[in-house]
Amino acid sequence: MTVSAELELQSFVLLRLGERRFAVPANQIAELVAPSRVFKFPHHTTQIEGVILRRGRIVPVCDVAEMLIGKKIMSRRLYLLAVRHYGAQTEWVALPVTGECELINSEMTPAAESDAPHVAGWLSHAGDVIEILNVDAITPGPSEIGAEHEVPDVLEARP
Amino acid sequence: MRVAAPAKPAPARSEQIIVFRICGEQFAVSSASVQEVRSSDSFSGASTAINAPGLRKVRYVVRRGDRSLFIVSGALHFGLPPSAGALVFVLRKTRTALLVDGIEKMTAMTRLQALPKSFCHEERQWYRGLTAIDQTVIPVVHPEGFLSPEDLALLDAAMPPLENRDGEDAEGTVSAA
Repeated sequence: MTVSAELELQSFVLLRLGERRFAVPANQIAELVAPSRVFKFPHHTTQIEGVILRRGRIVPVCDVAEMLIGKKIMSRRLYLLAVRHYGAQTEWVALPVTGECELINSEMTPAAESDAPHVAGWLSHAGDVIEILNVDAITPGPSEIGAEHEVPDVLEARP
Repeated sequence: MRVAAPAKPAPARSEQIIVFRICGEQFAVSSASVQEVRSSDSFSGASTAINAPGLRKVRYVVRRGDRSLFIVSGALHFGLPPSAGALVFVLRKTRTALLVDGIEKMTAMTRLQALPKSFCHEERQWYRGLTAIDQTVIPVVHPEGFLSPEDLALLDAAMPPLENRDGEDAEGTVSAA
């Protein structure tokens, strides 16, 4: 392999949802964590099933299986904490996955115009062609947040 | 050479909150936002039925001097099954009296996390943020989030004429259903 070819390799995390595998750029993954208690409270954002507590942070859990494989997953083994961008701001979002995750290096083929919005690109691995997910497109929330709407992540309690 | 004294960590600011229950769900509200807590029975004597189209969560209004307090069913506001409600929180600086099932506890929170941006519907008006109390995540409600200016305009338009406002409802209780 030449140096130029090596430079084009990127790191991806392969995740499994049911029978299918997907990839997320490794630089958009914060952590892989074991399932923990999901806290639920009333809201109207249907893709969000609740929140988990992780290292003192409250992280929304977004079940993307229905959108990606057409059905909800009943068994889950891990949460992939992905970085979701809102304009210049970022937040963690927990994606439930059903199998082991794998870190690989691969070349990315950019998505074509005809691809669905959630497809950031494609990669080839172990004989499979795998979708690279656009985390911002598969999780709910505004795509841009103006400076006037920026709120700090942690608000001070009032004395 | 003088060695600077180590900076003392600032004491954590805390906020007194009331953790309350509606249909088995826990919520919190700043104690400072609650002007008074009454039993719903004690409120019923002064309540008058009101029917604002499209606003099922408000069925009763209470007149206090020249002010009207709208009794909001917390259960219907949050899309939970209807609940009779045992207590009423009169929320300061609002025209809302919130019907809840009960108080869980009074405690203090030291950290309020903004509602994650993934939550992108009405809940952004409902909640100031989320807090963790005893390893449980609880949403902290926004006192102004129960009735929007549009809701208040609808309710003002639906207010019964003054001469009919003295009557008590037939059952003599405040009901959320």
